[in-house]
Amino acid sequence: MEQVKPLISVNALPEARIQSGFPALFRKEVRRFYSVAFQTVGAPILTAVLYLLIFGHVLANSPKIYGYEYASFLIPGLVMMSILQNAFANTSSSLIQSKITGNLVFVLLAPLSHIEFFAAYVGAAMIRGLSVGFGVFMVTIWFAKIPFAAPIWIFIFALLGSALLGSMGLIAGIWADKFDQLAASQNFIIMPATMLSGVFYSIHSLPAFWLTVSHFNPFFYMIDGFRYGFFGDSDVSPYHSLLVLLICMSLVSWLALSMLKKGYKLRH
Amino acid sequence: MSALLIHAVKKSYGNLVALDGVSLQVEQGEFFGLLGPNGAGKTTLISSMAGLCTPDSGTIEVMGHDVQKDFRMARRQLGVVPQELVFDPFFTVRETLTFQSGYFGLNKNDDWIDEIMANLDLTNKANANMRSLSGGMKRRVLVAQALVHRPPVIILDEPTAGVDVELRQSLWQFISRLNQAGHTIVLTTHYLEEAESLCGRIAMLKQGRVVALDTTQNLLAKHRPPGMPPKLLGDDGAADLEAVFVKIMAESK
Repeated sequence: MEQVKPLISVNALPEARIQSGFPALFRKEVRRFYSVAFQTVGAPILTAVLYLLIFGHVLANSPKIYGYEYASFLIPGLVMMSILQNAFANTSSSLIQSKITGNLVFVLLAPLSHIEFFAAYVGAAMIRGLSVGFGVFMVTIWFAKIPFAAPIWIFIFALLGSALLGSMGLIAGIWADKFDQLAASQNFIIMPATMLSGVFYSIHSLPAFWLTVSHFNPFFYMIDGFRYGFFGDSDVSPYHSLLVLLICMSLVSWLALSMLKKGYKLRH
Repeated sequence: MSALLIHAVKKSYGNLVALDGVSLQVEQGEFFGLLGPNGAGKTTLISSMAGLCTPDSGTIEVMGHDVQKDFRMARRQLGVVPQELVFDPFFTVRETLTFQSGYFGLNKNDDWIDEIMANLDLTNKANANMRSLSGGMKRRVLVAQALVHRPPVIILDEPTAGVDVELRQSLWQFISRLNQAGHTIVLTTHYLEEAESLCGRIAMLKQGRVVALDTTQNLLAKHRPPGMPPKLLGDDGAADLEAVFVKIMAESK
């Protein structure tokens, strides 16, 4: 008969210590999108390439912007748009799926602080956004000449933009109770705000009214600052864009952290 | 120090009073039963212990740690097997357990994870995706997830609901061994014969209140319903727990 190994007595176990659960939650969130990378990374890259092929072809004879062909102007905008949309999609879809299927309970039962929770979800969203952005860039770079006037701004805006949208996705994922509520926030807020942020045009080509409206769209500053890193030229100063981005990031992070700390819609 | 110290806990959802001043004390190493009809407040009480819900008033301590003020240490001491059969469809059994262990900060825990899987007959499913498992197997993984951080206090919320005899037997053997090793076990179940044979002490809840709290032996002896038909009597002449449960629920308002 098989011998049953005796279990270690509770009193003989090492004393419980609090060690951070952040690395495991971060790895899990990265593995989650990586395990379906065809859908989470491959598909958005294809979408961006289609945008480039269609708009690049239709508007090939447009006047030069910042001294470059339209396709050159378009590519950085498409890269940033992909970063932002996918960072948002990662946190929001992960949370709503976990909430609806109920497996979020495993994270809620663990001794994770609200800061670890926030950092892990937003960190993974940044990885996905940046991976898609890098993929879009590597595929589209062959279609036009792209300068690198001030690369540090490219990194700053890519990192901060993905963090901001990851945080916004976290808020949307916490707030939404159903998939259609989340889809509404994605289709009626995030999508129009990114599409109307100057991805496809310089806002100086807009009528005065829409030019003013564009200045109230925080996505415009992310796209414009990111584009500055490539062309060394932009619709507004990159410092101005950075300030807007930092203010938005502070407000959104504060809201997301407050919701997590309170357990809003996560703990009863 | 008690394993669980619950003092005057109240929780309402709108007009519905889920917990109405529950006070309980569970000592270390006990096998404790928490019984009650559906809607009695068992799961709300467990959720309050686990920090999944916040009581309106009252306090709960797990191994001396307040579940609200010192939530990290309290959760570190507690393993909860949830009632619902939930799982993450992206991962295999081993990945699920490794991540769960990591949430508790335990990143080199493979030996214990292997031992849990062996005890719950999960070893040959270690690399199977969670989606591909049967309901019984998923239930085993739920139990394993609650044990990855070797919590001194383990709460099982109806762990055998809808599972086959084989799993019940292997599960209770393993849980009994954990109890013998000093782990405190709190069990809720609708299978009262399980509670009768396993639990040393039992609390019965009705409409958010504790209506009975005693050793299993005393409950069986004290509450023998008069004129109970012989088929409901145990071998020792005392009423079985099901009859006692029905009587106590009928008598309590």
